[in-house]
Amino acid sequence: MLNKFLLLILLAAFAAQAQAGETAAENYKAYCVQCHGMTGNGKGVNIRDMSVMPRDHTDAKAMSGRSDETLFKVIKEGGPSIEKSVLMPPWDGVLSDEEIKDMVQHLRMLCKCKFGT
Amino acid sequence: MQLIIKEKINMRRIVFAALLGFSGAALAEGGILQGNCSACHNVTGPAAQTLKDAFAKKGPDLFYAGNKYRQEWLASWLQKPERIRPAGMYYGDHIKAGVKSDEIDTATLKNHVALSKADATKVAHELMELKPHDDLIAKEKIEPGTISKQMGEMAFDKFLGCMACHLIEPEFGGLSGPELYTAAKRLQPEYIASFIRSPQAWEPKSWMPNKHVSDGNIQKIVNYLQVLSKETANAK
Repeated sequence: MLNKFLLLILLAAFAAQAQAGETAAENYKAYCVQCHGMTGNGKGVNIRDMSVMPRDHTDAKAMSGRSDETLFKVIKEGGPSIEKSVLMPPWDGVLSDEEIKDMVQHLRMLCKCKFGT
Repeated sequence: MQLIIKEKINMRRIVFAALLGFSGAALAEGGILQGNCSACHNVTGPAAQTLKDAFAKKGPDLFYAGNKYRQEWLASWLQKPERIRPAGMYYGDHIKAGVKSDEIDTATLKNHVALSKADATKVAHELMELKPHDDLIAKEKIEPGTISKQMGEMAFDKFLGCMACHLIEPEFGGLSGPELYTAAKRLQPEYIASFIRSPQAWEPKSWMPNKHVSDGNIQKIVNYLQVLSKETANAK
């Protein structure tokens, strides 16, 4: 009986972990760095031939001009959703809403800024 | 004394028989593929389910190679392998800070081993038998069509933005993804269509986003990739 109970707890813990997804730092490393750069400065390995440069995530002035909702929207739905470049793709097929919310906070950490400051 | 010699002979027979059995089993399970290729490629599946596993990949997954590649291309590429992903498998492991932007750190990239013609032909044949995703392939119908180079270029550059991550010409485009101008030479058209439709259906942790490309545009891309591959083949 006790064993079954323990097994259930373990299974529940495992399921919770599986649902939690990846950390924002890991997601940034996987998907964002290719264009926004290793340090988030907007100078990724892909930019050479781009007609529009990726946002510099360390630029506090530019980043504080965007609300958390706008950042969430552009990550989820891509550049055109906020009238920006098509080169920024939608990540809704890859990241969960929860992971995108975490990513917005990660961006705030990179820019050391908040909206409107 | 005689008894000891007899025992030794018996022992050798047993070891020999065991070795034969072992190599027989290895061959039955896929020969070179299971032996050598599996050191860098996932030949059994399933695909990486976490970023940690995806970052650790040394080469593309091969467990669905029969759904993905063109056999004749595999056989020829394996004899004379050339890099397809300019920044390697996980680009993050092969970049460094540069003057204008992050740059590829070529010293960290390793070349693929070249096989003899006989081995390449055999491996290509073995790979083509790995088809766990016939269901995904069956959903795609490719209709032959024509598309002008100009329209295709516009789609890759302005409408869909493929060039952000992929080279769409030998010297034009992004570097983190595999080159696109040889894609139709390498890949089956149904696979191209299916992967664009949902990269995550094939690789849950692919770096490629789902751009929700319409059916019509998927057809156009597949046709344009054919145009591109022929053009670069003629140029070489």
